[in-house]
Amino acid sequence: MNKIKIITRGLITDNPVFVLLLGLCPVLGVTTSAYNGFGMGVATTFVLFMSNLVVSLIKNFIPNKVRIPSFIVIIASFVTIVQLVMEAYLPDLFDALGLFIPLIVVNCLVLGRSEAFASKNDTFSALTDGLAMGMGFTMALTALGGLREILGSYSIFGYSFLEGDGMLVFVLAPGAFIGLGYLTAIFLKIIGQR
Amino acid sequence: MEYIFIIIGAIFVNNIVLAQFLGICPYIGVSGKVSTSVGMSGAVMFVMTLATVVTYLIYNFILIPLDISYLQTISYILVIASLVQMVEIILKKISPALFQALGIFLPLMTTNCAILGVAILTVQNEYNLLQGVVFAIANAIGFGLAIILFAGIREQLDLVDVPKGMRGAPAALVVAGIMALAFMGFAGLV
Repeated sequence: MNKIKIITRGLITDNPVFVLLLGLCPVLGVTTSAYNGFGMGVATTFVLFMSNLVVSLIKNFIPNKVRIPSFIVIIASFVTIVQLVMEAYLPDLFDALGLFIPLIVVNCLVLGRSEAFASKNDTFSALTDGLAMGMGFTMALTALGGLREILGSYSIFGYSFLEGDGMLVFVLAPGAFIGLGYLTAIFLKIIGQR
Repeated sequence: MEYIFIIIGAIFVNNIVLAQFLGICPYIGVSGKVSTSVGMSGAVMFVMTLATVVTYLIYNFILIPLDISYLQTISYILVIASLVQMVEIILKKISPALFQALGIFLPLMTTNCAILGVAILTVQNEYNLLQGVVFAIANAIGFGLAIILFAGIREQLDLVDVPKGMRGAPAALVVAGIMALAFMGFAGLV
């Protein structure tokens, strides 16, 4: 398949968050600031990229019946790597993301790409797809994190631009749902699906 | 008393869906009708309680004694995946009626992050086995409460003239936000 098409699909026409609505738990859970959203996006991209690579390399050796458990073990191994590396080198981010790092294992986006794309395509396409989907995911998380940070604490990437406390509701749980709802509507409008 | 705190905390104050953001996929995906969301809640309660018991035993009797707790994520997800498969087979054999009701929801359990999330939280909160079971059941009730209420609202939402751009997922997310806002009223209860 055309590589350019794979990339635009991951970023725009099949954006994992805004269009496919996959992996919403971390999207809503960690996006209290743009930095946290970006960090979570990069961690997920790494897992997606590596698991797509391994799955596409060994797809011919996995018996069809046990393919889902095998994919899960592959994904869980890379998640554990991310978990250990992040705990050692980025302890602040690790604390902020908390439970959602081990939960990358059950992110339907990662398993979905292994099953729907990497197990059916050649390695280079699978790598491109993992990267594109990961970037689309990171973009959405950073956008939602940015929106919540701007409205909720009047700052962006930790730099404050206005005095005051901001609208608290956007830092708390309801703001995540409402922010994502409106961002999804705007995104669908821009790409012309509405 | 301590159990009452765990129950009220898990159902209302730290509702697993609306405050902790776990299990969002089934919350958005399987909430079209009240009847399917009731089935989903039943399956979640069943698997969540079993998974919490099994992972608790594995953590305390295998991972800790062997000093390999870094394998927590991998072992938990494997246990949950095989548990779901096993429950499916056993249920089909001994209770076809229950299998009919929960059957189609069981495969979805493996990638339901609420299940793995509660199993990990039980360890993080340092609960003992009984507290863990109570915590799991309370979280399942919280999940059921959130998804059944949400399904009821969405059934009504279908009859309303929503602006074109907000139809479907965006409107559902905003509704979920308003529900979360309502649940914030429980903050400070425990």
